[in-house]
Amino acid sequence: MVEIRDLNFAYDKRPVLQGINMTFPKGKLIAIMGLSGCGKTTLLRHIGGALKPTSGHIKVDGQILHDLDQDGLYAMRRKMGMLFQFGALFTDMSVYDNVAFQMREHTDLPEELIHDLVMMKLNAVGLRGTHDLMPSELSGGMARRVALARTVALDPMLVMYDEPFAGLDPISLTVVGDLIRQLNDALGATSVIVTHDIQESLKIVDYVYFMANGVIEAEGTPDEIRASGKEFVHQFVHGEMDGPVPFHYPGGDYRQDLSLGN
Amino acid sequence: MPAVKSIRVIGHRAISAVWRIGMATRFFFLILLYSGNSFRRFHLTVKELFSTGVMSLLIIVVAGLFVGMVLGLQGYETLKRYGSEAALGSMVALSLVRELGPVLAALLFASRAGSAMTAEIGLMKATEQIAAMEMMAVNPVARIVAPRFWAGVISMPLLAALFSAIGVFGGYFVGVVQIGVDEGSFWSQMQSAVDFREDILNGVIKSFVFGMAVTVIALFEGYDAPPTAEGVSGATTRTVVESSLAILMLDFILTAMMFGGK
Amino acid sequence: MERTTLDLWVGMFVVAGIAALVMLAMKVGNLSTYNVSESYEVHAYFTNIGGLKPKASIKSAGVLVGRVTEITLDTERYEAKVVMSLDKRYQFPKDTFANILTAGLLGEQYIGLMPGGDEEMLQNGEQLKKTQSAVVLEDLIGKFLYSRAEEPAK
Repeated sequence: MVEIRDLNFAYDKRPVLQGINMTFPKGKLIAIMGLSGCGKTTLLRHIGGALKPTSGHIKVDGQILHDLDQDGLYAMRRKMGMLFQFGALFTDMSVYDNVAFQMREHTDLPEELIHDLVMMKLNAVGLRGTHDLMPSELSGGMARRVALARTVALDPMLVMYDEPFAGLDPISLTVVGDLIRQLNDALGATSVIVTHDIQESLKIVDYVYFMANGVIEAEGTPDEIRASGKEFVHQFVHGEMDGPVPFHYPGGDYRQDLSLGN
Repeated sequence: MPAVKSIRVIGHRAISAVWRIGMATRFFFLILLYSGNSFRRFHLTVKELFSTGVMSLLIIVVAGLFVGMVLGLQGYETLKRYGSEAALGSMVALSLVRELGPVLAALLFASRAGSAMTAEIGLMKATEQIAAMEMMAVNPVARIVAPRFWAGVISMPLLAALFSAIGVFGGYFVGVVQIGVDEGSFWSQMQSAVDFREDILNGVIKSFVFGMAVTVIALFEGYDAPPTAEGVSGATTRTVVESSLAILMLDFILTAMMFGGK
Repeated sequence: MERTTLDLWVGMFVVAGIAALVMLAMKVGNLSTYNVSESYEVHAYFTNIGGLKPKASIKSAGVLVGRVTEITLDTERYEAKVVMSLDKRYQFPKDTFANILTAGLLGEQYIGLMPGGDEEMLQNGEQLKKTQSAVVLEDLIGKFLYSRAEEPAK
């Protein structure tokens, strides 16, 4: 479904992604994990076609993304869905209009049919009763679920999730995690989750890529990851404070910074 | 060398100013290019007409009334010295229709509707709503920027006309009702002095140009704002400052073209 | 907000704006009295037009009947050629007299038309033969002083 080959990307000569190779088979749920600022979101923006790689390529559904023109890219994006970090619901529209947005923009469906579809999508995330609320009236977890319903409104074949668990309470977190799995299986879609919430994602995904400093550090199924002997993965999975990822940001001599030295 | 450094700072400022003007011009043509939606789905523009036009009505009407009343009072005091109080009507009407109506209405519009536009677009960008729209294969310039532009261009001449009309009424109220200038000569002097094409139509053209300038600046600043709280607030301030300066400069240029050199 | 309420407000706004424009055009401006299509042009030569400007009004018996459209210097006669556009409704005899007058002591200058007794009416493009130039204040004062100087001292 998605093939990433030798992907390199640099912001103003500063390399962000280096030699990334990934394959996302159809129907699978894949997690990309890593520390904040390791290039996960940048990678996701590449898969969405928002950024062009410095070298290498990304193939989605057999087409190389950066060869597409604007119309081709937009046609490709209609087959994709993306859930943004904090939902990114349109604040000037009701929940109903948010979910109906893509149906109204991209299809000529009659309003009654749109109504039924919206209600079905909202029902799938358990929020049918909120349809006439505004996004500002929803809690964080509910907003995330509405955004999920909007993301899958047109039954995409590739769904991307940018930090879907960020800032959620434990109950909402489980709910959103289960929904992602269920929706993926129901749609027969391919899903990519970018996250650093390791415990929740290990429960639901099929395959995991670990990234650090723009390269893939480790990969495998959740069981392989849990059993991994790699120091970095071990530190990450068990949330240890010090390890290959140091607690201290590189700095000068501590005694000198406290003006005790010499 | 501080001299070299300060010259370099001036150079940097100049380059970035020219660059921004170029970007804004490009943005303007982009809006025109993607304007089809604003008319094919006119309800999008109608929605924005409400938030730009209707919401600015109150401030325009109140300001117009008071400006007209002040003009009536001041004009009477000045004209009395030359014994030509009868010319009060033409003085009030000419200053309003030619200058004060379009210019003051545009300045009020910039601070009322323009700043709101910048803040709204900037916040949409900061909360990833614009990125989300792009990922849904909906062009944000066509969907949210262009309708706002046309709403501004349509409402500006109407607001300026309302300002002038209410202002004339304010001048009439103070001059005729309060002070007691002869009503017949007030209106007839006004009618013989104000030419439809020369004065009223030129005023409409002016406000049309101001409407374009203010909305393009407001939308560009919003779209270009850094996606942070300071970024959006800075962009809002810049909108008011830049569009006020643009209005006054354009007013001079247009006045010189319309009335000067004859 | 409901779509219909929104439409109503916007509709009211647009109607109010257009009403203001119409009010400006009719009540404040001169659109109601000024009709471009129904006019005819005549011209006249003046030795001195004083401060007359294009778009100055043309009045007869105090009624506005037209406007000055163009002022040029005729280099054959070295006189000012003034082209006037007059309202079709008002026809004037061929021997009409054109004066450059001043509204008040310091006011704007305008052209006053005094109809003569000719049977034939002025046609489009014809010339008003009888004219009187503007009264230039300096000339007037000069003449006055000159005539005072000529008077024998008493």
